[in-house]
Amino acid sequence: MTSSLLFNVTTFAYLVSMLLFFAFMASRSKALGTAGISVAYFGLLAQTGAIALRWKESYDMGVGHAPLSNLYESVVFFSWTIVLIFALLDIKYKYRVIGAFVMPFALLGMAWAQLGMHTGIEPLVPALQSNWLLYHVITCFLGYAAFAVACGISIMYLIKAAHDEGGQKAGESSLMSMFPPIRILDDLNYRAIMVGFPLLTLGIITGAAWANYAWGTYWSWDPKETWSLIVWFVYAAFLHARFTRGWVGKRAAWLSVIGFAATIFCYLGVNLFLSGLHSYGSSPKM
Amino acid sequence: MTTQKRDFLHSLWDFFCSLKLTMFLLISLAVISIIGTIIPQGAPPPEYLATISQAKQQLYQTLGFFDMYHSWWFVLLLYMLTVNLTACSIKRLPHIWKIISQPTLTMNSALEQSLSNKASIETAEQPEALKDKLAAFLRKEFANPVVSEVDGEWHFFAQKTPWCRLSVYVVHLSVIIIFIGAMIGSLFGYKGFVNVGEGESISRIQSRTGKEIDLGFALRCEKFSVALYKTGAPKEFKSILTVLENGKPVPDYTNVRVIVNDPLTYKGITFYQSSYGNAGDYFFTVSDPEGKNTIPVTLNGNESATLPDGSSIHIVDSIDDVSQFVPNLTGPAAQLEMHTPQGATQKLIVYANHPELNIEYAKKHKFSNILLYKGSQKRMFTGLQVAKDPGVWIVWLGCALMVIGIYGAFLMSHRRIWIRQQNGLVTMGGNANKNQGAFEMYFKDLETKLRNNLLREEQ
Repeated sequence: MTSSLLFNVTTFAYLVSMLLFFAFMASRSKALGTAGISVAYFGLLAQTGAIALRWKESYDMGVGHAPLSNLYESVVFFSWTIVLIFALLDIKYKYRVIGAFVMPFALLGMAWAQLGMHTGIEPLVPALQSNWLLYHVITCFLGYAAFAVACGISIMYLIKAAHDEGGQKAGESSLMSMFPPIRILDDLNYRAIMVGFPLLTLGIITGAAWANYAWGTYWSWDPKETWSLIVWFVYAAFLHARFTRGWVGKRAAWLSVIGFAATIFCYLGVNLFLSGLHSYGSSPKM
Repeated sequence: MTTQKRDFLHSLWDFFCSLKLTMFLLISLAVISIIGTIIPQGAPPPEYLATISQAKQQLYQTLGFFDMYHSWWFVLLLYMLTVNLTACSIKRLPHIWKIISQPTLTMNSALEQSLSNKASIETAEQPEALKDKLAAFLRKEFANPVVSEVDGEWHFFAQKTPWCRLSVYVVHLSVIIIFIGAMIGSLFGYKGFVNVGEGESISRIQSRTGKEIDLGFALRCEKFSVALYKTGAPKEFKSILTVLENGKPVPDYTNVRVIVNDPLTYKGITFYQSSYGNAGDYFFTVSDPEGKNTIPVTLNGNESATLPDGSSIHIVDSIDDVSQFVPNLTGPAAQLEMHTPQGATQKLIVYANHPELNIEYAKKHKFSNILLYKGSQKRMFTGLQVAKDPGVWIVWLGCALMVIGIYGAFLMSHRRIWIRQQNGLVTMGGNANKNQGAFEMYFKDLETKLRNNLLREEQ
């Protein structure tokens, strides 16, 4: 058994889970929902095993390090955290239909990582040889994952709100009745961000602490840092929106969607389009 | 003060207390910050400047886009955010403080109406015994109650973590503390850079703003080395450094290993492994045009040397075997740049195995010095980032407060329970300032316990 095989099993499980959730939404058959979540749990388990195995494999190769060191490993970890947060949400609230809007993010990550990226285990460059790597990456990605879940819920909110405004239409109504009421969606969105925001804050702080320890500056307005602050500003605005007249409901849901778009840009866009201190793997940096 | 003036101050205060302003500032900061991630900050590299027009460059310069995070308009937004969150906190704090310090001890009908979690239980128990039982129940299941009597009715009030209502203000305060720490750092600290060759020592560094800073001690680089993985990727950049006071090594700071992610701190100044390069020595001999009066000249890779005729030279490049460029020549060669006392600048190549070429070149250009290259000795230098930041602990204090504040604000709630005892009728009500769903379940659970408690005793 290799980690690479297990990662492929995971990707396939997430695909099946997503399709089952779609079928669940279309058919309203409870059994399909249960099947969807079961396959998602199976995928999560397989992925947990795969990550642990990859960690061990790196030690067998003599370059032992946590599998969080490059784009491939981070995308895989991101995907894992998304399903983890969704699983916790499911255990607590049991709104299965959310899976149809969250599993696509996890599948997208795994498919991109498995099909489009170099998957080899590489030794750790000097800049990443620190325990801070673990704290920083784990907090950031758990935060990102919570925002991904919030984004999925917000999209549901916007669809449901648009539908409620347009009045009941036959045919659609059955699909819409699967969605939790918008009051619940709004609450779940808020809860997911209440999980994500403290984690993002911790991620930024651990990043600043690490930067200060390794480079002597806790903040240098590097594009990655700046984008993480942009994300922080957007979600800070979201949290204040709830107490501001005219900003509740749809606008807050849009803020959550924009916040996740900014998160994705912070995570991927900065590395792909902008240059800075976080561009590991391109040139040997210290 | 005139009414008009007071009105103006009033509306200014209202303006800064408004949450709409908060939304505007947070979203503006988010959008505006994007500029500096697209346009390079600091001294823009020439390759970038070549891609934009002169007019655009002028415009960006005027608007401060090349250093936007320190531009007046960005800093103004940060100041406004600070004033905004301070004003909001000041406005709301007295009300919150009152809730904490002067809780409503009795549940009257108006309060009862406003509570969404309520329960009523009838019991035949004696008032005195019931009173003790209710107090004991709250003490055991929830928190110590305050018991009061109003018009023959007994009231019980108990609460949990009321101070978590202050958490959000702790977060606001933490933002201000981080700003203060950052300001102290920029006023009393510095960031700089220094290159130290192996075997050399330095006592002054160049700050990022271009100032020379005296460290007050010296730092010597004993050795620098690079270790590679089998793949050729870098594994470790390592400097061995020694701190010198009055020329003498400081005991605990001798031969300290400094690698990336493991700096050296001495007297509040920290040295970080940041880059490296070659600071090798290049050896030459210089003679007069007749080939007499030969003297050796050693040229450091980073520095320039002066020749007997007053011209200065520095190394541009060197090679161990020139034959790969010029097939009929052999041996090492060095490319130099020379500044003559007359002010002329020229580049020349000096060979080791071909003195005749060196002489020919000198004669052609009427030099009074004939150079001969004798080879080089490779030597590394280490590039160290140097930082002193007395504000950094204030920033960490702010960060710690922010984490504590966010924990309190998101994960804790102020829960209150009221019980009213009117003859045999016990009414319980409660609320929480956050996480209503969880509190609803908690309250239902508490109600069941109370019901069981009262009914069991009756039997």
